[in-house]
Amino acid sequence: MEFSAALLVSAIVAGLLLGGFYAAVSVGISISFGMLDVVNIAHPAFIILGSYIAYIVNDRFGFDPILVSVVLSPVFFALGMALYRIYYLAFERRGQESLRGLAFFFGVLFITEVSLVLVFGVDYRLVQTGYSEITWRFGEIDVPMRLAVPFAVSVAMVAGVQSFLTRTFFGRAVLAVAQDQLALRLMGVNPFRVKELAFALSIATAGVAGALLIVIQPVQPSIGREYIGLVFAVCVLGGMGSIWGTLIGAFVLGIAESFTSTFFGPSWAPAVSFGLLLATLAFRPTGLFGR
Amino acid sequence: MSNKLFAAVAFAIAVAIAAGSQLIGNEYFFTATYTVLQFIILATAWNILGGYTGYVNFGTAAFFATGAYTAVALYNAFHAPLIIMIVAGTVAAGLVGLAVGYLTLRLRGVFFAIATLALAVVLYTFVVNWDYVGGARGAYILQPREIPLGLPRYIHVLYIAMVFMCAFALVVARAIETSTLGRGLAAIRDDELAAECSGVPTLRLKIFSATVSGALMGMAGTTLPYYLSYVEPSSAFSLSYAVNSIAMPLIGGMMSWLGPLIGAVLLGTIQQIVQVTVSSAWNLLIVGVLLVLFVTLAPNGIMGWFDAWLRARRRS
Amino acid sequence: MAARAEALVNEVLLDVRGVSKRFGGFTALDGVDLVVKPGERLGLIGPNGSGKSTLVNCITGALRNEEGSIHFEGTDVSAQPPHRRIRLGLARSFQIPKPFSSMSVLDNLRIPLLYAARQHERIARDRISDVAMDILRQVGLADKADAMSGGLTQVDMRKLELARAVAAKPKLLISDEAMAGLSTSEVDEILALLTSLNRQGIAIIMIEHIMRAVMKFSERLAVLVAGRKIADGDPQTVASSAEVVKAYLGE
Repeated sequence: MEFSAALLVSAIVAGLLLGGFYAAVSVGISISFGMLDVVNIAHPAFIILGSYIAYIVNDRFGFDPILVSVVLSPVFFALGMALYRIYYLAFERRGQESLRGLAFFFGVLFITEVSLVLVFGVDYRLVQTGYSEITWRFGEIDVPMRLAVPFAVSVAMVAGVQSFLTRTFFGRAVLAVAQDQLALRLMGVNPFRVKELAFALSIATAGVAGALLIVIQPVQPSIGREYIGLVFAVCVLGGMGSIWGTLIGAFVLGIAESFTSTFFGPSWAPAVSFGLLLATLAFRPTGLFGR
Repeated sequence: MSNKLFAAVAFAIAVAIAAGSQLIGNEYFFTATYTVLQFIILATAWNILGGYTGYVNFGTAAFFATGAYTAVALYNAFHAPLIIMIVAGTVAAGLVGLAVGYLTLRLRGVFFAIATLALAVVLYTFVVNWDYVGGARGAYILQPREIPLGLPRYIHVLYIAMVFMCAFALVVARAIETSTLGRGLAAIRDDELAAECSGVPTLRLKIFSATVSGALMGMAGTTLPYYLSYVEPSSAFSLSYAVNSIAMPLIGGMMSWLGPLIGAVLLGTIQQIVQVTVSSAWNLLIVGVLLVLFVTLAPNGIMGWFDAWLRARRRS
Repeated sequence: MAARAEALVNEVLLDVRGVSKRFGGFTALDGVDLVVKPGERLGLIGPNGSGKSTLVNCITGALRNEEGSIHFEGTDVSAQPPHRRIRLGLARSFQIPKPFSSMSVLDNLRIPLLYAARQHERIARDRISDVAMDILRQVGLADKADAMSGGLTQVDMRKLELARAVAAKPKLLISDEAMAGLSTSEVDEILALLTSLNRQGIAIIMIEHIMRAVMKFSERLAVLVAGRKIADGDPQTVASSAEVVKAYLGE
């Protein structure tokens, strides 16, 4: 294989574009796990669900999947609220979240995947958009629209979440609930409602991320599981609960995967995110920015 | 009942089952019950780290496949006899448990759980890219032509091996459960910080638990190559192993060796029936739904119901 | 070796020197010094958030202090994990009780008896139940020996916390707000218990907000405010000093 500057730059560009998308995929976990301490390993299940809903609407009506997902985000929001309620009543309140809560979310992940297999089968599904086939060329560097559009939407979404968290009252309450629930209560804010809202937000982002995913690549039910390592790797790398950290962690991962894929072959790519996660957990669990 | 007596009884029952199986004419019996036996070992193994110590392992498949692929590698190297495959696979999986445990058990249980998930994917990727054991295409294993003990077919040998391995796993689990070590593990499960501050060397016990658990899971996988005659990564690393090894102890009861046994027999039998009458996808859906229902509504499982019933009787 | 000898000659059980602990940008402890002699009754008070629990966590090893050292009976334990420290005889109770909820009250005591006490006092396995029952009798939980520890009343949970600490055969026991939120008579129960434990030779650091109990119990009183020790000496003198009164205005 020829090593050229163009190949290198292509890999970096692809990595950055992918990284932006990975940030969108992981921002939900930053909230639910990083801030609320809820180990929602079923997060990727909602991403895949988002992908399939986008696929159905696109297949039937031809609507743009990303637009559809934004329009449907209240549905995911409500789903997130319901899920948090069950989790809270069954586990958090009883102090059982470590073992049983984990098993619960794993069960949810599993049920979602198997249900999708039953309904859609294991074939790959993809969407048709106006821009899927377009690629912009900058000299020798290709920027495919199917990567660039999701990248733009991802960055917008992550920036939006960050704005919400730092500039609105409820957003700041979310940041506060991660640190001091008692203080919140003394201020007259109900911590449960804040956490419920935050968790619902995380699921809503998953729904949108799902639509972005299916624009980038064809999707089949088991892909969700591959993303577990990715989202937690990004979250841990970025130092948990920091949106900026998540963004940077996502770029690191995106570039690492892109390089591995380009120079070693795509069959090694899944090992990158999980390997990075294992290494981070083993040697620097506080993330790149350590606390 | 002392552990020595329990071991003797378990061994005796194993011998009886092994001998009795030779009277059964239906060959399908061996295939159907092989799966249940496999689940008994996996569920019992998982519960040592899960139910006894409180650390969830999502990567059962990683340890199981380590056992299976160690067997494959030994077969390719020098057509190793079954007993060597079993011992080597068990040790290999135990080493994996030791390594992962050493690296990640200093962290919160959550991170360990995620690490086990990561482990499964990393090992899967390695195996897929390792041609010596067949890579993605898979490896073919031929059952030996010479069948020991004068048995009619080789699957009978595998079946008997599994029966004894089940007995072994149950004896080990019970021995741990009733020992000082087991009390220490229970303390870790109930409140790790309080355990540590009460003198329990938590890290050491956790690593031990992870090693034994991993080893036994690997042991369950060592007979897979001869059983299927063909081993390929996506089935060796199937998610069904992870979900079943969690659901069975959960449904049966995580506090004692009996729970995983009950859960495995019950759930394993249900799955065999559903698989034959409906399909394997529905099969998995049922397991998943039962897992979620039990963990939410009946977290102490069937044994928990039984204990509650006993306590109610004692009160009245 | 020399340090141990020195400690024994000067009779110092616990020697905390210059301990500092930071959480990110927040300094929880700032150069705290504290000395406890064998059999001593030390009271430790301070407003909420002053770092008392952090100090206990650093002394027992649940947290690692960034600066300073902790010596127990002359041995430097600063780098040792909690389970080693308690085996040396440094025990604590938890402010919010942490019972082993899947076990009975009696079985809760087995853990420290098996893992901590046996290290320096060979207790035959068949005697463990008896020793545990003795301790339960001492704290007044004997009739609840078989009860599940998760369902106890608050005051019984506090007693179980102390019983578990005692089961480790400690030389020093840190009682972390064992009386918080209890009724007057319950406070007296705990006070009587701590006093009788002290009479057996166990040094006790009592961390409390209930001033009458602290004043009644302590031979010496130390005050922690915003991570710094601002007073350490005779209880009456310390309690009436201007600085301490100011720190507690509103308390």
